[in-house]
Amino acid sequence: MRCVSNAEGMLSADGVLGGNPLFYFIYNAVAHIAPCWLSYLISGLVIMLILINAVLLGAAVVSWGERRLLGRFQNRVGPNRWGPFGAFQPIADLAKLITKEDIVPYGADKLAFTAVPIIMVAAVLLGTAVLPFAKDVALVDLNVGVLFVLAVSSLTSIAIFTAGWASNNRYALFGAGRAVAVLLSYEVPVVLSLLGVVMVAGSMSLGDIVAAQAVPFFLVQPLAFFVFIAGMSAELNRTPFDVAEAESEIIAGYHTEYSGIKFALIQAAEFGGVLVVSGLIATLFLAGWAGPAADWLGWLWFLIKVFIGIFLFVWIRSTYPRLRLDQIMAVCWKFLMPLSIINLVAVVLEVFFLRDANGSLSTADLWIMAGINIVLAGGSILFFGRFIKEKVRTEAPTAAATNQVVPGVSTIGMR
Amino acid sequence: MTIRTEPMTVNVGPQHPSTHGVFRVRITFDGEDIVEVEPVLGYLHRGSEKLAEERNYVQVVTLTDRLDYTSSMINNQAYCLAVEQLLGIEPPPRGKYLRTLAAELQRIASHLIAVGFFVQELGAFGTPLMYTFRSRERILDLFEMLCGARVTVSYMRPGGVFADTPADFWPALEQFLEDFEGELEEIENLLLSNEILMVRTRGVSPLPADVAINCSVSGPVLRASGVNWDWRKMAPYDAYDQVEFDIPVGQNGDNYDRFWVRMQEVRQSLRIVRQCVAQIEPGPVRQELPLVLRAAPGAEAYGRVEASKGELGFFLVSDGGVSPYRCKIRSPSLINLTITEHLLLGWKLADMIVSLGSVDINMGEVDR
Amino acid sequence: MVKGLAVTLSNLMRKPFTTSYPEQRIRQHPRFRGEEFTWYEERCTGCASCAKYCPLGIIKIVTSPSETAPLQGDKYRLETFDIELQRCMFCGLCVEACPYDALFMGSGFEEGQYKRTDLVITIDRLRQAEKNPSTWFRPQLEGMDYRPGEGRPLGWREVGRENWRWHQHEKAGMRLAAGRDDSEGEA
Ligand code: SF4
Ligand code: SF4
Repeated sequence: MRCVSNAEGMLSADGVLGGNPLFYFIYNAVAHIAPCWLSYLISGLVIMLILINAVLLGAAVVSWGERRLLGRFQNRVGPNRWGPFGAFQPIADLAKLITKEDIVPYGADKLAFTAVPIIMVAAVLLGTAVLPFAKDVALVDLNVGVLFVLAVSSLTSIAIFTAGWASNNRYALFGAGRAVAVLLSYEVPVVLSLLGVVMVAGSMSLGDIVAAQAVPFFLVQPLAFFVFIAGMSAELNRTPFDVAEAESEIIAGYHTEYSGIKFALIQAAEFGGVLVVSGLIATLFLAGWAGPAADWLGWLWFLIKVFIGIFLFVWIRSTYPRLRLDQIMAVCWKFLMPLSIINLVAVVLEVFFLRDANGSLSTADLWIMAGINIVLAGGSILFFGRFIKEKVRTEAPTAAATNQVVPGVSTIGMR
Repeated sequence: MTIRTEPMTVNVGPQHPSTHGVFRVRITFDGEDIVEVEPVLGYLHRGSEKLAEERNYVQVVTLTDRLDYTSSMINNQAYCLAVEQLLGIEPPPRGKYLRTLAAELQRIASHLIAVGFFVQELGAFGTPLMYTFRSRERILDLFEMLCGARVTVSYMRPGGVFADTPADFWPALEQFLEDFEGELEEIENLLLSNEILMVRTRGVSPLPADVAINCSVSGPVLRASGVNWDWRKMAPYDAYDQVEFDIPVGQNGDNYDRFWVRMQEVRQSLRIVRQCVAQIEPGPVRQELPLVLRAAPGAEAYGRVEASKGELGFFLVSDGGVSPYRCKIRSPSLINLTITEHLLLGWKLADMIVSLGSVDINMGEVDR
Repeated sequence: MVKGLAVTLSNLMRKPFTTSYPEQRIRQHPRFRGEEFTWYEERCTGCASCAKYCPLGIIKIVTSPSETAPLQGDKYRLETFDIELQRCMFCGLCVEACPYDALFMGSGFEEGQYKRTDLVITIDRLRQAEKNPSTWFRPQLEGMDYRPGEGRPLGWREVGRENWRWHQHEKAGMRLAAGRDDSEGEA
């Protein structure tokens, strides 16, 4: 039965999953014994299964890697009991969490409470659907890929808010309120920064964006890179923006009440989120799968770049304390917003003046843009950094410091 | 349209991850702002004062270890000073120096914990804590050499310290002093110039000097408010009149100043340790006393030290028996807690934990 | 802020400071007060100073008149010597109080048990335990440069501050039992 060439349209393999060679392979194999629609379904499911498992496994690896790295940052060893270098630690964790009692707190909204982990994991998994792992290897290469990723990542904020509300716990409510405030505000600079990327690439498809990066975009648009990383660490609830689950303040924020497998899912979603965001950073700013040597090595470059992203996140997490909620807001609106707008304006002007007749940019143009933008980025970060230092600070010290110093005792004052 | 909001009362503690043990405080929040504070104490009450009445004078030393378990050396010292006053005895000079040295090492260790947890509460994911604990661990190793235990030391006895130092202690101390310089620098590089830390702590929860004095606050918290009050200077005990050091004094009494004062005191303590090492001379370390001590009936004594948290005092009354008739402990943590309301009211949820951390309470001492 | 990043990065390159416990062990100081006791029956007179001096009163000593040599002064025979380890705080005051150098802090610390009752160290366990005394409050051991656990266990003749013969004199019953012990060599 040859279904590939039939003209049924909707169910043909040239549809949404079109350019995927793996899909073709499975589809063709199954199509010998099954009707077209069934083989279409089967091959889609198989690919999804592979992807889901890959992402969850990736999340496990990220969690292990993060703990290991954090350990080394802190002069410790990190998990090292189970497997080589403790690599099976996530499995042990999972086994432990699955065997734990699954508690739904008294007074909680059971349905909403249960739905949250699922939504969170789903959001992360959906995000991976459009990531190009190597040349032409993506589940779908949506022509609105960037938009899709942004939309899907916003699902998390709904899930978090539901979690906070459904848990019937005040700490969770605090966490949820904070999370929603942070997520909503940080969406704005992130989108604005991505606008610049899209403009230079001339497409919203992630595949095209990678292809457009003759010069990696973190050089072309350092400001957007900076804003994106900052915004994404806020969306992922990672230091210095991790108010939503500020462990020392509100215990665990929105997932205070979660235990057992639900907690495992939330953790998986969190680490998966890191993975996806690192993948996004790699795709949008580090030229994704593009790299020296053959195209089929693309996955290697991609993985290396993803690792760079993860390393960056862990490094920041290991170093900085957390900001306060109002300060985070101030950073967002008074620091990242202007930066992203500057970036946008600069890119608009540059694209307007540098593009050639049919609206595309040459490599030389990109280098020129990089030069201008790096100078611009340095300048504006310094400028607004000074600005933010003044603004973010709370009220001036009110202590009328009537220093009551006992005379004749050797003291050292401040500065 | 106005949105109707309700204040929300939250029990912070006793199982909250960062209330320094089992401190509980009921806070009413308006959004994220604190409008009402009510500390609830007593979860770690062990009746140390009453237990002390059942023990003889030397046995009580083991109880003092467990008051503020992050600075047990200094607790030992305070108690021993009180007993010495009560009995009218004087430890030999080497004993005094050893006590001073041990107490200053303990002060460093305690301040390292305070600073580490303070930054941990600011949200740093364990890194500063790990760095400070790394150095503290070295100090505990030194304590193990001195007295065989790391935390519950029971090192000092009325009349000196329990035994002389082992031979390998001095080289190890030298090595530590050498290495610690670099480690301290690392911690300072990581923290003192960190903008996020500044932004979070500068000007937050200031404590004016007059309020601090009225609440009889002591220790780094008082000094951060600009009062240079330190019992090591005001009424020197043990070998403190033989060593030179400065008192770091803050300006605004805000969280940053408290943190800064601690960081500076670590440096000053290091100075004192160095001087002790240079000045100490061989000799007896403990006055020969009977195993079971007895004081004159009706005798009273108040021994106080500048502990790492503030003024720690033991008030002892004797009825002529083998154990104190009454033992009252003036614990700095408890009295420093009286400023809770001043610190917290009007600030945000996120500042609450940090401000509490900056006071550096220890529940073992608060509840006794 | 950049300084901080540099600090953490430099620490990433460094060797971890921690020791992974079961495989690697920190070399503990000979003075370390371990969670066990070393007790020499040969030296113990059953005076119960240790039991009296313990702040928690957790040492239980029962003695009976000795049948071996009451006339020579060996008055007591030890029947019970229980230390309730679960309540012990390892302060070492009992060791400080022992006038005959019969009780020492131990050097081990892996004393976990599954039952509370198992935590009580009985006289039999004390007799059978390997004798690796800590040098805590025992300057004579420190003078010997002794490291518990790294050499051979110490016998009762080697640990006293006086010559063991003095002690043999002090605890008269030892003379009768001496024939058994003589082959073990002398301190
Ligand atoms: S170590 Fe202290 S608590 Fe333990 S038995 Fe000896 S005296 Fe008692
Ligand atoms: S161990 Fe020492 S103090 Fe205790 S009964 Fe024996 S001889 Fe006396």
